[in-house]
Amino acid sequence: MSKSVIVIGGGIAGMEASAYLSAMGFNVTLFEKDEKLGGHLLNWERLFPTKRLGSEVLTFLKKGMDDKIKVHTNTNITKINSENGKYFVTNHNNEIFEADALLITTGYDLFDARRKEEYGYGIYDNVITSAELETMFLSGKPIVNKQGKVPKRIGFVHCVGSRDRKVGNVYCSKVCCVTAVKQATEIREHLPDCETYCFYMDLRMYGAKFEELYNEAQEKYGVTFIRGRLSEANETIDGSLLVKVEDTLVGRPLKMTVDLLVLMVGFEPSKGTKDIARILNLSTNSNGFIEVVDEHTLTNVTNQKGVFVAGTTTSPRTITNTIYDARAAAAEIACYLNLYTIESRVKN
Amino acid sequence: MADFGYKIQEDRQINYDSNDRTLFYFLKRVEPSISLCIGCGTCSATCTVGQFTQFDLHKIMLYVRRGEKVHIANEIKKCMLCGKCSLVCPKGINTRNIIFQTRKFLHSNK
Repeated sequence: MSKSVIVIGGGIAGMEASAYLSAMGFNVTLFEKDEKLGGHLLNWERLFPTKRLGSEVLTFLKKGMDDKIKVHTNTNITKINSENGKYFVTNHNNEIFEADALLITTGYDLFDARRKEEYGYGIYDNVITSAELETMFLSGKPIVNKQGKVPKRIGFVHCVGSRDRKVGNVYCSKVCCVTAVKQATEIREHLPDCETYCFYMDLRMYGAKFEELYNEAQEKYGVTFIRGRLSEANETIDGSLLVKVEDTLVGRPLKMTVDLLVLMVGFEPSKGTKDIARILNLSTNSNGFIEVVDEHTLTNVTNQKGVFVAGTTTSPRTITNTIYDARAAAAEIACYLNLYTIESRVKN
Repeated sequence: MADFGYKIQEDRQINYDSNDRTLFYFLKRVEPSISLCIGCGTCSATCTVGQFTQFDLHKIMLYVRRGEKVHIANEIKKCMLCGKCSLVCPKGINTRNIIFQTRKFLHSNK
């Protein structure tokens, strides 16, 4: 009888790893807390750096989910026991599922922007998050502010909830810089008369084609980049926002009004990731994500034997890197279930 | 009246809403590569004029972009149009043409 794997979390990593594990002949059961598979990808219209549709990637992932994979949506995990190298997973209906290995792909939640009070999210009408702007794009409706006015100027604030010791997140969320560049160019496509400004600390254009998108944003789309972190946003009488920032390249403070302020919210370990870490007693790193045994060589291996991780459960990453990581985890699990353990290569 | 030595401080804040960016929009039209400047300072590092005076090309360009009134006419005069800045710019910005076009603009808007 072939061995079985339970995958917890049906986002990009969970779907792609399930597809690979099933293709390799393992019995796969996938649990997802929400109604639909796809995770955050369901809420994103277009993807950086090419601006292709997110739904195309979702279709690809769905096609990988063959009939042999047992998918349980709207499912929460309440308990996990292990005995003689087997795992017993209990769901919210007290049903018990057995597996030889577990893959945790519970991912991330977006930073709650209300925690950066000075930017006024949840206080002022026209301060929104990058995810909310994406919902606007996805709806296909015209881009307007809360007063129903077509914005003439939009500001994007980078690093909201990332690289910020004060909110407890010292790490870079990796995707927000290029998302801001992408969204600013999309605004220019939707609203050619709307000026767009990115307020940044550093621009981290590390991925393939990111720098090209950045150059295009400046030259073709006329997006203006101002190096400086917003100190505050204040609502004016007409609902627009007066933002204050030090233009650090000029070396002087700057103020401007914008009709819409978009906060580029970062990644935090999801509630599901924290819950599973507690249930399974998994080590977490200083950022709260699940810790892998070795960052360079044992990237999908946790401190618990037979429990593996993939995707943004271990750190913020792009969709491309999440898919790589899911396939790597599938390979790792296949080795483990065939009694080849990678640990033997690194331990004395 | 007794002079107590008090005075009104000038506002240092760049007021982006009220500033006039006509020169920048003109330069963007005639030399679009100006938008690519990331303020790395390579142009200023190689500049012979900058070695002996306060002349600083990327800073002047930044002031132009923000619509700040600086003594651009006086500053830009210092440039000898040698073009070393164009040679070293990693973004391939035609800096020499920017200076040339700025002079042209200032001349025709006297």
